[in-house]
Amino acid sequence: MDYLKNDLTSLHQMLVNKELSASELMQATFDGIAKREPQIDAFLAMNKDEALKQAAAIDQRGIDADNVLDGIPVGIKDNMVTKGLTTTAASKMLENFNPIYTATAVERLENAGMVVAGKLNLDEFAMGSSTETSAFKKTKNAWDQTKVPGGSSGGPAAAVASGELIAALGSDTGGSIRQPAAFNGVVGFKPTYGRVSRYGLIAFSSSLDQIGPMTRNVKDNALMLNAIAGQDKHDFTTSPREVPDFTSKIGKDIKGMHIGVPKEFMDVDLQPEVREVVQNAIKTFESLGATVDEISLPHSLNGIQVYYIVATSEASSNLQRYDGIRYGFRAKDVKNLEDVYVRSRSEGFGDEVKRRIMLGTFSLSSGLYDEFFGKATKVRTLICNEFDNVFKDYDLILGPTTTTAAFGFGEKTDDPIAMYMNDLLTIPMNLAGVPAMSIPGGFTKDGLPVGIHLVAPRFDEETLYQAGYAFEQATDFHNQIPTIGGQN
Amino acid sequence: MEITKDDVKKIASLSKLEFTDQELEKFTKQLEDIMNMSHQLSKINTDGVKPTINVTDAVNIMREDVAEKGVDRSELMKNVPEHEDGFIKVPAIIDEGEDNE
Amino acid sequence: MNFETTIGLEVHIEMQTKSKAYSPAPVVYGAEPNTNTNVIDWAYPGVLPEVNKGVLEYGMRAAMALNCEIEQDLHFDRKNYFYPDNPKAYQITQKDTPIAHDGWLEIELEDGTKKKIGIEEMHVEEDAGKNTHNPNGYSYVDLNRQGTPLIEIVSKPDLHSADEAYAYLSRLRQIIKFTGISDVKMEQGSMRADVNVSVRPIGSDKPGVRTEMKNLNSLDHVRKGIEYEEKRQRGILLKGGEIEQETRRFDEPTGTTVLMRSKEEANDYRYFPEPDLPTYHISNEWIEEVRKSIPEMPDKRRERYINEWGIPAYDAKVLTQTKEMSDFYEATVAHGGDPKLASNWLMGEVNAYLNDKQIELGDTALTPEHLATMIQLIKDGTISSKIAKKVFKEIITNDTEPKAWVEEKGMVQLSDPAKLQPIIDEVLDNNQQSIEDFKNGKDRAFGFLVGNIMKQTRGKANPKVVNKLLTESLKSR
Repeated sequence: MDYLKNDLTSLHQMLVNKELSASELMQATFDGIAKREPQIDAFLAMNKDEALKQAAAIDQRGIDADNVLDGIPVGIKDNMVTKGLTTTAASKMLENFNPIYTATAVERLENAGMVVAGKLNLDEFAMGSSTETSAFKKTKNAWDQTKVPGGSSGGPAAAVASGELIAALGSDTGGSIRQPAAFNGVVGFKPTYGRVSRYGLIAFSSSLDQIGPMTRNVKDNALMLNAIAGQDKHDFTTSPREVPDFTSKIGKDIKGMHIGVPKEFMDVDLQPEVREVVQNAIKTFESLGATVDEISLPHSLNGIQVYYIVATSEASSNLQRYDGIRYGFRAKDVKNLEDVYVRSRSEGFGDEVKRRIMLGTFSLSSGLYDEFFGKATKVRTLICNEFDNVFKDYDLILGPTTTTAAFGFGEKTDDPIAMYMNDLLTIPMNLAGVPAMSIPGGFTKDGLPVGIHLVAPRFDEETLYQAGYAFEQATDFHNQIPTIGGQN
Repeated sequence: MEITKDDVKKIASLSKLEFTDQELEKFTKQLEDIMNMSHQLSKINTDGVKPTINVTDAVNIMREDVAEKGVDRSELMKNVPEHEDGFIKVPAIIDEGEDNE
Repeated sequence: MNFETTIGLEVHIEMQTKSKAYSPAPVVYGAEPNTNTNVIDWAYPGVLPEVNKGVLEYGMRAAMALNCEIEQDLHFDRKNYFYPDNPKAYQITQKDTPIAHDGWLEIELEDGTKKKIGIEEMHVEEDAGKNTHNPNGYSYVDLNRQGTPLIEIVSKPDLHSADEAYAYLSRLRQIIKFTGISDVKMEQGSMRADVNVSVRPIGSDKPGVRTEMKNLNSLDHVRKGIEYEEKRQRGILLKGGEIEQETRRFDEPTGTTVLMRSKEEANDYRYFPEPDLPTYHISNEWIEEVRKSIPEMPDKRRERYINEWGIPAYDAKVLTQTKEMSDFYEATVAHGGDPKLASNWLMGEVNAYLNDKQIELGDTALTPEHLATMIQLIKDGTISSKIAKKVFKEIITNDTEPKAWVEEKGMVQLSDPAKLQPIIDEVLDNNQQSIEDFKNGKDRAFGFLVGNIMKQTRGKANPKVVNKLLTESLKSR
């Protein structure tokens, strides 16, 4: 058994045919993790004992032949609460936090028979683009351990890319699934806002956060989304519309598909190899029968400015609940209530979190609201409208996921704006709520993966998977295997 | 726009955060840079544009008025730093001037 | 110098829905601490608000009862502030789009003058938990109340005296009680008032600077607080001073107000639209549906009692003072009780009983059905009004069916002429002298004879029938 040579369907077949038991699969998974983890550092918590117990129970009752996820181990970004399994959001604030309920998305995977193998590293409270703001450890890029894995879902991306796991859940507020997916050469999918419940996702920015699957190929990704999507009575922003089978268009050809490439995305300062990857992708899509045109999303690049107001404003409010009173970190030797608040928060949060809380508080404060929060939410409307307009004529948008491939540790930690620019090309999709996916599109000459970014109209995830699959079938990038610690 | 250390102190106090002088120095500069980046939005004409607060297609989602039993108190108390007799315990308020509503 | 006072009232009323505003935990009073809470009330990481439909409907009821315009396109907003009883450190409220606006209610002052008072807006929001300070240097937090729905009703600056404010609050309490959305008990905190007071010289074109008193929990405190503030502010203005915009606390023992917080210390609540909730649209159909569910308001009932049942205006007003009384009255009539007699009993004996015992109608054993039956028994002569007092005492203290009870106790009046005539004849036969006296114009003799008849029947004879039969019998002697 090797995750790097299997997909969900083939693993499922092995389980159904009893070539492999769920317990053996689980044991092999933890063996693989033990082997790779010293180089990758993707996990914040292992669920080994419980997972083996659950796998044994699945063997006991027998694999459900109709359920492709049954008995498959999965990793969860550590900002989704899991009952009985420590959930930290990679923050000292929640270092010993033991949730008493489970996030809907995780619960749905469990209901489909998946077993949580462990919790995966991220930037503290999902605030960052390199997983370096984690209070606990630095996760390494699966392809080059001197590079960051991207973020904030750096743990899930590295775990899947390195073959520790076959699938994981990430969350994406401004690119947090897609950017690390691009940096690690995996498929990262941000569904339409409202498609997947946020209940149990430790909130960063309520109007932008969305949970999505991270896998090594497109079809696995769609199979995961099938399990987690749909309205939830605990999340009133989930869409009431029916959930289709997201694999339904997979395998259909894309002849006649209209793809637009925003000139704004190509005009930014792209690493030349990234530009080349996108240009090759355009050729591939054309060779598959799609027409590709240059289009314009005039305000899309203002998204980053909108984002750093809207996301931080919402975050400043969402993170006020961490006050050292009902759960989480409380500073020692506090004398009075003000001490409890100020010292617990100042000692419990890291710098990036504090910076964003401050930015958000500033944007909402009296006298500045109209100029910042008010203005940003109006420009957000312009961006939404521009996407709507483009999608009147186009089925998909194509571009680079990131401006560069993975960078080195510490390269951008002292320059917040440089770090923020990582999300320049992924943020507009969160603002507009449209589904978007990063898939492996090629490599730099140093062998670092480069992602291409596909975007569809709201609630048209199927077309995204259709095109992604077609591209995958026409290329070989997703079959490349990273070298870890000198081994394949 | 210019952001002063006093602005940052005021915002820190609203956020219930405190900084050393050194941190304050660094944060003031960084906040100013980021706010200036964001302030570029002021050049965009948004006359007559309505704000977007969220992008869900859900409207009028409501729960019927039916009560469900509370969660077992001992479960809830599991993560509480300090509690006593079923109450959450917290060092007292010195300033009584907050709203209680 | 003459001054004019302007008062603004912001009234918070707890709505008695079954579950909380944004979580399904039960709304229950007086439970063990933290037993009616869930992860939402505790603001656990990852939880989201779940809007209770009942809260919007109760809000709509209040809006309709107070003649407001309902805002049909709504969203919720966050009001941010840290406090241990406020677990999210924000309150979900409605700032941009209050559920209703521009309503009014009519107050009646002691001297009978009536005045319309405008309502600026009302919005639904959530209550906080309870924080109890202990002298040991700790606070103890109970989140049972956290998330209990509130409606905040904001008056227009139409109130100009403590008496008007008092009348406004009484009237508001009465109307809300009739809507059935709250028990509006100030002493128990289910109705609380924030009071703004400003004073300015008459004729001044500048509005006065206002001070605010928060969370007053009795009508009496409101009146005293306003009176004190008026006096204090006038005093300052007369000395040429300036009023500071500030929050003050009403101090019960001294009947004065003391400074709590100056304007400079005022919180910056950083309101913004709640991103965890979708928007809401209140359709015309929904409004009509809710309108049908609202009980009839006191003024309408009053008119109906006067016009349909011929009840005097004063009595109709007393009967509609509380929904409890009014509902009871209508149920009594519905059970066949004569409207006028029912009114007399409720206004008289029943109210006297309640005042005497200092209890409410619901605390007694009296039911509309029993009262109606008793009234019927009086009306058809089955019992005398003297006996009725005994019956009343029984049915208000014990859940006793009056008809069966009077029969069982032998309290039924003797009204049958066939049974009474022989007794009358016997009494007349034995009292020839009294017949003589009566015929000679001595009226007292008639009374003497009646007394004798009553004695013979051990008080059960129906006096009306006895009078009639005796008069006839005397004529024939």
